[in-house]
Amino acid sequence: MTSVKLDHQPQLSDAVNRIQPSGIRRFFDLASSMDNIISLGVGEPDYATPWNVREASIHSLERGVTSYTANAGLIELREAISRYLERRFQVSYDPKDEVVVTVGASEGIDLALRAILNPGDEVLIAEPCFVSYAPLVSLVGGIPVPIPTSIETNFEVVAQDVEARITEKTKAIMLSFPNNPTGAVMGEAGLKQIAQVVLKHNLVVLSDEIYAELTYDDEHISVPAIAGMRERTILISGFSKAFAMTGWRIGYVTAPATYAKAMLKIHQYSMMCASTMAQYAALEAITNGRDEMEEMIMSYRQRRNYFVKSLREIGLTCHTPGGAFYAFPSITDTNLSSEQFAEQLLLEQRVAVVPGHVFGEGGEGHIRCSYAASMSQLEEAVDRMGEFLIKRKRA
Amino acid sequence: MNDKEQELLLLIEKEGRMSEDKLAKMLDTSLDDVSEMLRSLEKRKIILGYSAIIDWTKVNVSEAVTAMIDVKVTPKRGVGFDEVAERIYRFKEVKALYLMSGTYDLSVVIEGRSMSEIANFVSEKLSTLDSVISTTSHFQLKKYKHDGVVFGEDDEGDHRMVVSP
Repeated sequence: MTSVKLDHQPQLSDAVNRIQPSGIRRFFDLASSMDNIISLGVGEPDYATPWNVREASIHSLERGVTSYTANAGLIELREAISRYLERRFQVSYDPKDEVVVTVGASEGIDLALRAILNPGDEVLIAEPCFVSYAPLVSLVGGIPVPIPTSIETNFEVVAQDVEARITEKTKAIMLSFPNNPTGAVMGEAGLKQIAQVVLKHNLVVLSDEIYAELTYDDEHISVPAIAGMRERTILISGFSKAFAMTGWRIGYVTAPATYAKAMLKIHQYSMMCASTMAQYAALEAITNGRDEMEEMIMSYRQRRNYFVKSLREIGLTCHTPGGAFYAFPSITDTNLSSEQFAEQLLLEQRVAVVPGHVFGEGGEGHIRCSYAASMSQLEEAVDRMGEFLIKRKRA
Repeated sequence: MNDKEQELLLLIEKEGRMSEDKLAKMLDTSLDDVSEMLRSLEKRKIILGYSAIIDWTKVNVSEAVTAMIDVKVTPKRGVGFDEVAERIYRFKEVKALYLMSGTYDLSVVIEGRSMSEIANFVSEKLSTLDSVISTTSHFQLKKYKHDGVVFGEDDEGDHRMVVSP
């Protein structure tokens, strides 16, 4: 009997064919094949999860608490999230029906988009941004519409740029401040102007505030805290960045009950619930994690100060990133594309950074450098980058 | 004490050898400002010295022995514990001395070349002081963590992927 080899390609959905693998993948493969790399390409904290958090999870395993939780997550955790958001950002959500614990903020983004989008709906996305927004919009048949931001406005979104891209198909706007990859933050004044456009055109706001705790100059302003926004905002956040818990995959969405219930419906069928041991870890983090978090934030701020100044000293133009742990310097003076710059820097000096264009429009001409690395690594990286730039100038 | 000074202290408490240039950048201030702050903190005896944390077990010299000794004393009218404390800390063998709450009064940390050297010190010098009522010696067997630094092969390492979104 001859076996006919099945051609799998035609079996795939149109939706999955519409999306491309992330541009970060190529750099990951290249960097992984090399030794002695100093990596500024990592999008996560350089701390292990604080011990008390790990210990709480271990304790939950010792007690044998290994079953499912409520679909929306442990009620104690939802209550703690609700108290935390009220205390920190003056936004209040009912833990009973406005909070859903998710498998990382990433699942939260997916849930929010699936809950509100119909095929053909347009979603405005402030770019550069985290790599998953546009593909997740496309997967549910929505149309991502980028709103590029630039160094001229410190990568803040400008209300007129939003207004200019609105059509009758526009359903929602996706904001993410403090921002990955630019480190930009948005103050109250700028958010209020965007809120006016949102209200005028009856949009839903998806606000990814995963970096909310990591601001270094001004207090973070949460989008639902802006007048009129709570009723139309889905807030997406989690434990990964502030509590150094990326691998636990634990986050949450909060929103008015109708949105939250819709997201819960999807979540209960696709996930059932977030990992129980991670939920116990998160409960400990949000209850007793403040001190250690503040130490980490102070250290990020010091490293940001050091790194941004050092980048400027070697001749790169860099805005002051107010949050997250990324610097996003301009490399246009080198006459290289960001892809060329990142690749040559990696091959010649063994420093890994991420080219800006993978984060969407407005990213070209920049590179993302994560300063969540040790001080000695940052120093060495700056030296090597300086050498790289000197060679380019001579050429 | 302003916030900058406090932040500076926290930084050099962790790493005393950090260059002033690096400190200035991290604290977002000028080199002159950092030098001035350090000088002032030294003058005010807030910074008392700069030392290294060393794992002597890795050095090929005869190992020192450390003991922690609980000491009960009779405080004296007017000077309390201070007088006897001073008599004790003046001995160069005494590395640290604390006044404690609880079942004893002074905690004395003593370093010597051998157990017998420490035993001699306790019986000859410490117990014979007028105010000392009793002593209990505990010898350190292994150092796991000292001044916030873990000794040995604890390093949890960096398990992150080299590039991630």
